Amino acid sequence: MSTTTPEPTTAVGKAADWADTRMGASKLVREFGRKIFPSHWSFMLGEVSLYSFIIVVLTGTYLTFFFYPAMGELHYDGPYVPLQGVEMSQAYQSTLYISFELRGGLLIRQMHHWGALLFVAAVSIHMLRVFFTGAFRRPRELNWLVGVGLLALSWAAGFTGYSLPDDLLSGNGLRIIDGIIKAIPLVGTYISFFLFGGEFPGIDIISRLYTLHIMIIPAAIIALIAIHLIFVVVHKHTQWPQAGNTERNVVGEPVLPTFAAKGGGFFFLVFALIAGLSAFFQINPVWNYGPYDPSPVSAGTQPDWYIGWADGILRIAPGWMEFYIFGWPISMNILVAVIIMVGVLVGMAVWPFFEAWVAKDNREHHVLDRPRNAPTRTAVGVAFVVWYLVMWAGASGDLIAVFFHMSLNDMIYIFRFLFFFGPIIAYIVTKRICLGLQRKDREVALHGRETGRILRLPHGEFIEVHEPLDPHSAWRLVAFDSPEYVPAQADENGKISTAEKWRGRFSKFFFEDRVAPLSKAELEAAHAHNEGHGHHLDSEGNDQDGQGRPLPH
Amino acid sequence: MALAVLLLLGLLLTGGAYAMFTNSASANAQQVSAQDIAEGEKLFVANCATCHGMNAEGSENGPSLIGVGAAAVDFQVGTGRMPLQMHGPQAARKAPQFNEEETAQLAAYVASLAPGPAIPDDEYLDPALGDPAAGGGLFRTNCAMCHNVVGSGGALTRGKYAPSLSGVSERHIYEAMQTGPQNMPKFNDASLTPEEKRDIIAYLDEINTMTAPGGFKLGSLGPVAEGLFIWFFGLGAVIGLTVWLSARAK
Repeated sequence: MSTTTPEPTTAVGKAADWADTRMGASKLVREFGRKIFPSHWSFMLGEVSLYSFIIVVLTGTYLTFFFYPAMGELHYDGPYVPLQGVEMSQAYQSTLYISFELRGGLLIRQMHHWGALLFVAAVSIHMLRVFFTGAFRRPRELNWLVGVGLLALSWAAGFTGYSLPDDLLSGNGLRIIDGIIKAIPLVGTYISFFLFGGEFPGIDIISRLYTLHIMIIPAAIIALIAIHLIFVVVHKHTQWPQAGNTERNVVGEPVLPTFAAKGGGFFFLVFALIAGLSAFFQINPVWNYGPYDPSPVSAGTQPDWYIGWADGILRIAPGWMEFYIFGWPISMNILVAVIIMVGVLVGMAVWPFFEAWVAKDNREHHVLDRPRNAPTRTAVGVAFVVWYLVMWAGASGDLIAVFFHMSLNDMIYIFRFLFFFGPIIAYIVTKRICLGLQRKDREVALHGRETGRILRLPHGEFIEVHEPLDPHSAWRLVAFDSPEYVPAQADENGKISTAEKWRGRFSKFFFEDRVAPLSKAELEAAHAHNEGHGHHLDSEGNDQDGQGRPLPH
Repeated sequence: MALAVLLLLGLLLTGGAYAMFTNSASANAQQVSAQDIAEGEKLFVANCATCHGMNAEGSENGPSLIGVGAAAVDFQVGTGRMPLQMHGPQAARKAPQFNEEETAQLAAYVASLAPGPAIPDDEYLDPALGDPAAGGGLFRTNCAMCHNVVGSGGALTRGKYAPSLSGVSERHIYEAMQTGPQNMPKFNDASLTPEEKRDIIAYLDEINTMTAPGGFKLGSLGPVAEGLFIWFFGLGAVIGLTVWLSARAK
């Protein structure tokens, strides 16, 4: 077989050959272009995070050309009448300049802000997808950790940006951060003075946040995104359980041409969406808030949505949680927000290892779990989501109270109750729903789909016609992993360690309630049973004897 | 003879009340007559006395109105808050039950009981004479903590609230500051001079008549409205796109 490549003759061919002989592009294209990506809507949520991040970087770069991250005082003399002559910082003045005087400035600023909100929302919902489908399991635990890091960085990126305009809203937000830092025992005040360059608010914080916001945090995000994507290529993409999908293959579309074209198009759709939102819907109207001044606070002062849950914790935490040790205040009512946020991040990071330990499951998983087929994990996930929602809604208790004519005090009591009991209720309800869905799947796999057609037999008996599933649909319902409860095991010395006892307890918690997948014998028995009764239809919907008459029973 | 004494007494009473009113009311542009006061008293007895008492002395269900002045009546009745629809944490704004004339008569009657803040002069109500930038600063310091920086309103404790300030007339804004209705503190002329009150009116007029520069305002409620919007409409649209892109030809 000849391996000599023919000389290119066309202009494009020559250019491609020139590039290829210098960069080895064809090798890359051959390797990467043949990567397979399964197609499902939920697999595109990570893409949305990436695309909105790119849009935020592009628009943010434009904003850096015109924004002055400085706190020198001046008097506003721009076109916005209600602020003319008002003393303000250069940061706030330049934000107003971008909004009212710079060509396209307001649109870009709104794209930057809407894009940032969408970025964190997409990251969050992408993580939920990964969690509920079990895509974090071996070999993807490290990539899940990278994702947790990206989530935390996206909060940091958002919050530092929220604080930059130096308007009343962002200054109130920083004041809360200052309070949280000062609540840290012993070192809090020192850290606060170090961060703000003296007593809050000082004159340094905006330029310091600016360095974090435009350099350090984005650089860290880009580095982690690169690792994240390399891992995706190394591990290959997960896929849903369906006929033909196994742990050893990936069924889907190749990067070139299909996936790349779709992905590229999708980028522009997301871009168009953010541009459209920004053209029609106002976001963070900084001119409304006025310059930062530590004395006023506006009603309805809230952080952007992704910090909302921390704000909610502060709002619903009771004041008696603050106590004194030898005259030193320990402000647990404030610190609890930090403890919960750090706790949630640690819990997320540990979860894949915890679950593998409990289930004694060290296998590779490339086929996803349908959420119902991992009832305990799904229930824990939903319980967490409800818990998060309660804290999140806690931040908007004042607005909810006004709009629904409730008492603000009652809202706080309701949120305190739901903070503890909401997740428990959600856990129980979700687990029952999952198990119910599993039983329904089992029923459908055994007896086929209910058609709603009732037949009356000659001797008067009524039967309901069931339509058997085609094998492709049946696969999804019967081919899944269902780990069993593994009690604590003794080691080689015949002793059961404390850790193993705990593992046994968790295993019971996870896997005691279980709907086993159908065995082959059950399936065959059911088919024989159905044949015997003959009360199901063939794929055309005709009765089995083809005469339009029901079979004798 | 008895009739003559009664007549004299009546004349003395109405005349005395009139004299008292003309002595105490100074800046009130609208002239009120003894007849207005008498009509106002009739309206008061028929509509207000149940809670405020036959002589406006107050009862378990309503405060005394002696000394609250014409401004308080003009605000409470003119914005429909009084007569009260039902007892609750706070009287809600609703369509006024009395017309301008009846409101003025009620105000005249209450003002005749004792000196109190009068209905403000028009010169303190004209936004064109005020400084919206100065008013914005005063508003953020004195009003925004309850009413929100652009007057969208906000919650207070136990079901009370600071209402939205859009669509409130200049006169009612002034009177609210001056008399502190419902749960609002009073801002008398020593804490906010009439000129400063006019600056606040100018600020509210400016922001309420301005076209939002950035598009639909989403209620000017800040990040909560924006967050809900991005989750429901932004992310909703994104998920719609993903479903569309991953749909298979059938």
